[in-house]
Amino acid sequence: MELTNENVLGKIIEQFGIDNIWDAVNPDGIMTFQTNRETIIPLIQYLYDDKELQVRFLTTMAGIHYPEQKDKELCMMYQLHSLRHNFRLRIKVFFPINDPVLPTLTNIYATANWMEREAYDFYGIVFSGHPNLIRILNVEDMEYHPMLKQYPLEDQTREDKIDTFFGR
Amino acid sequence: MSDSNKDIQIVEAPEGHEGSGFFATSLEKVIGLARKNSLWPLPFATSCCGIEFMATMGSHYDISRFGSERPSFSPRQADLLMVMGTIAKKMAPVVKQVYEQMAEPRWVIAVGACASSGGIFDTYSVLQGIDRIVPVDVYVPGCPPRPEQILDGLMRVQDLAENESLSRRNSPEYQALLASYNIK
Repeated sequence: MELTNENVLGKIIEQFGIDNIWDAVNPDGIMTFQTNRETIIPLIQYLYDDKELQVRFLTTMAGIHYPEQKDKELCMMYQLHSLRHNFRLRIKVFFPINDPVLPTLTNIYATANWMEREAYDFYGIVFSGHPNLIRILNVEDMEYHPMLKQYPLEDQTREDKIDTFFGR
Repeated sequence: MSDSNKDIQIVEAPEGHEGSGFFATSLEKVIGLARKNSLWPLPFATSCCGIEFMATMGSHYDISRFGSERPSFSPRQADLLMVMGTIAKKMAPVVKQVYEQMAEPRWVIAVGACASSGGIFDTYSVLQGIDRIVPVDVYVPGCPPRPEQILDGLMRVQDLAENESLSRRNSPEYQALLASYNIK
């Protein structure tokens, strides 16, 4: 089988069903689709184990916050790479902000450990089963998750930057 | 090369009374002179201002001409804390601890926009100027400042060291300043 986006998507849908894989698009030529919390870990395990695909490298994981999307406020993006075939794919999982729980990926990729800590640090996403889910970059006693969009980027204690000149 | 041996400058003596075989001046002036010309800096370099300091330390700009021959990487033996670069809030306790470990008298230079005010990093994770955590004597502007500016900042500290009263560090004003930073 030639590894085109269409072929791989067909193979994944055949395995997991049309109900669990949807919204497939190809921005920048990288296949992107959505799945749900129940499917994400078996899916990544399947991509890892499959002899034809051999997707065995986790390029990155990133949290995203869309405050205006009701019950789909938070998103976790997984970017995977088959080094054997130089084939990339991007998977997104949306979930509500009042239930920000995802299963951990650390049992498949050890590198997910720090990436999940980062997503927890900045977005408050809780990864169930993670061995050490603590903040990784921000100060330990920080009381919020700063990349959520309700929090301002700027330091609120700065006195010299006033609205007149800096438009804050 | 031949001229360089004749062109040696030494520090001028302070005001005083001179006669054959003696020279009398005040102890404060002698100590000020000694402190001024042997300021050992502790470079706390976190980013591009630190690169400029490396040039300042090197042979071309040569900070040792000012008596800062020995960058001290132990705070116990340092007189001058030079903070060069962005200080994240997570780094702030480290800067404060280094300052607390220095012996009196101690001076602080904030080199560059970030150390002075947070600079362009107006963000939740960056300390908006090191004067939020330690008292600062001299601010060097620039992003990053050129070595000449860093040397000028050092010379301003030399002025402070030369003219500082011996009792300043015991004065209630100074103790109040430290207390306002919650130091000791």
